[in-house]
Amino acid sequence: MEPLTNKKKVLAQKPLTFAERMYLPAITKGLSITISHFFKKEATIRYPEVEREFSTNWRGMHSLKRDEEGRERCTACGLCALSCPAEAITMIAAERKPEEKHLYREEKYAAMYEINMLRCIFCGLCEEACPKEAIYLDGPIVPSDYLRKDFIYGKDKLVEAPLTLK
Amino acid sequence: MEIAFVLEKFILVTIIFAISLVIAMYSTYAERKVAAFLQDRLGPDRAGPFGILQPLADGVKMFMKEEIVPTNSNKWLFMVGPGLAMLTACIGTAVIPWGTAIQIGERVIPLQVTDINVGLLYIFGVVSLGVYGVMIGGWASNNKYSLLSAIRAASQNISYEIAMGLSIIALLLVSGTLSLKEIVEQQHGWHWNVIYQPIGFILFLICAFAETNRAPFDLPECETELIGGYHTEYSSMKLGFYLFAEYINMFVSSAVIASLYFGGYNYPGMDWVLQHTGTTIGPLIGTLVFFIKIFAFIFFFMWVRWTIPRFRYDQLMHLGWKVLIPLAIANVIVTGVVIAIIEKF
Repeated sequence: MEPLTNKKKVLAQKPLTFAERMYLPAITKGLSITISHFFKKEATIRYPEVEREFSTNWRGMHSLKRDEEGRERCTACGLCALSCPAEAITMIAAERKPEEKHLYREEKYAAMYEINMLRCIFCGLCEEACPKEAIYLDGPIVPSDYLRKDFIYGKDKLVEAPLTLK
Repeated sequence: MEIAFVLEKFILVTIIFAISLVIAMYSTYAERKVAAFLQDRLGPDRAGPFGILQPLADGVKMFMKEEIVPTNSNKWLFMVGPGLAMLTACIGTAVIPWGTAIQIGERVIPLQVTDINVGLLYIFGVVSLGVYGVMIGGWASNNKYSLLSAIRAASQNISYEIAMGLSIIALLLVSGTLSLKEIVEQQHGWHWNVIYQPIGFILFLICAFAETNRAPFDLPECETELIGGYHTEYSSMKLGFYLFAEYINMFVSSAVIASLYFGGYNYPGMDWVLQHTGTTIGPLIGTLVFFIKIFAFIFFFMWVRWTIPRFRYDQLMHLGWKVLIPLAIANVIVTGVVIAIIEKF
C-alpha cells in the first residue's frame, strides 16, 4: 500500500558497536558535560533578597490614580465593573459636596470601591475600559493572607498615596 | 590486657564512629549541594550560612516524625532490618588503616582499630551481610512491592559481589596479603595499586556502585520513587537509619577503594614530610590526605549519580554476570601470567 504522507521515517536500529557496548566512553562524555555545569553560574534567584524584574506588560495589583492636583480621578461610572469578566469590582457612587472640591475631580465619586482580589484574574480589561485613566494595574504581586475577607481590598488599599509637594 | 590499651582502643573506636556519623550526615548535605550545582541551581541555602545546618534540621525532623508500624508486619523483624543495615555499615570501619602509627610521649598508637590479617575478607563479609538488612526490611513490611524491591536489591547485591571478589583476587596476586595495613604500606610514595591493576580498579569501582545501591544501579531506590521500595513502610528514625546506612556504606566503600587502589594515607613526598614533622603530627597529615581521597571518591559517587540514567533490571543482571565476571576472570589470568613472567626474569 502506498503511504499517505511522506513523513514516515524508518528508524535505523543498528546493533551497538563495541565502544557503545563498553558504556565507558559515553559515560566519560556525560561526566564531562555534567562537570562543566558545576562551574557555570546558577540560574537561581535568591528571593526575597533579590527580586526578578517584571516585564513591561506586567499586570499586578490595582491602584486608583490621582490627577496633577491630587484629586481622585475615579468617577464611579461603573465601566470597569461592567467589563470585569470575573465580577470582582463593586462600587457605590456619591455626590461631591462643595467643601470636597479639592478631593475629587468631578461631581460624582466612588464612596465605596472594592475589588475582590481572589476573584480578580488580572486581565487588565478594567484598565482598558476606564474613560478617566483612573485605574492601572501596575502594583506588585498581591501579598498572601489567611482569611478570605482580608482579600477584599477597599479604597484604603487601592487609592495611591496623595502627591506630596516638596 | 592492660587498661591503657583498652582505653586507647575505646577512644579510637569512639572517634572513628563519631567521624563516620558526621561524615555521613554532611554527605547528605553535600549530595544536595553537588546535585544542585550540577543542575545549575543552588542547594539548601537557608538553614545557617550556606545551609550548613541543614543536616541538623533533617535529623530533628527524623526524630520528631510519627513512628508508624504496619499492623500485619513482623514486629521484631521490622525493627531488626534498619538496625542490621546500620550495624553492618558501621562495623566496616574497624579494619581500615587511617594512618601510620602516631607516637604520643612513649606510647605508639596505631591508627587502625584492629589489624587482622584477613582484613579484606572481613570487609567483604560485612558487605555481604549488608544484603540482610535490605531483605529483612522488605520482608517484614508485609507489602508486595517492598518484597519485590528487596528481592531485586538482594539479587543485585549478590551478583556484583562475585565480580568484586574476583577483582580482589587479582589484587591479592599483586600484593600477596589480605591485611589492609600491609596492602597500604606496599603503596608507599606513589606506587599506588591503580598503576598495577587499572582494570581491577574499574571493576571494583563499578561493583562498589552496585553494592551501595547508588546510581546507575539504584533500582531498589528508584522503586521508592515509583511504587515502593524496601523502605516504603518505614517512617521517622527507622527510615533515617536506612538512609544513613546508605551514606555510611558509601563512605566505607570510598575508604576501601582509596586504601586498596589509591595508596590510602600514602602520597608522593611523604618521607620528607615525615622527617620534618616528627612522629606525632606526620601521620596525621597522611590521614588528612586519606580523607581528601575519600571525599574525592564520595564526590565521584555523587557526580555519577546525576549523570547516568539507571540500568534496567535485565541490563543490570547481564552486566553483572555476563560482562563483569568474565572480565574479572580474564584480569586474574592476565595478572597471574604477567607476575609469573616477571618472576622468571
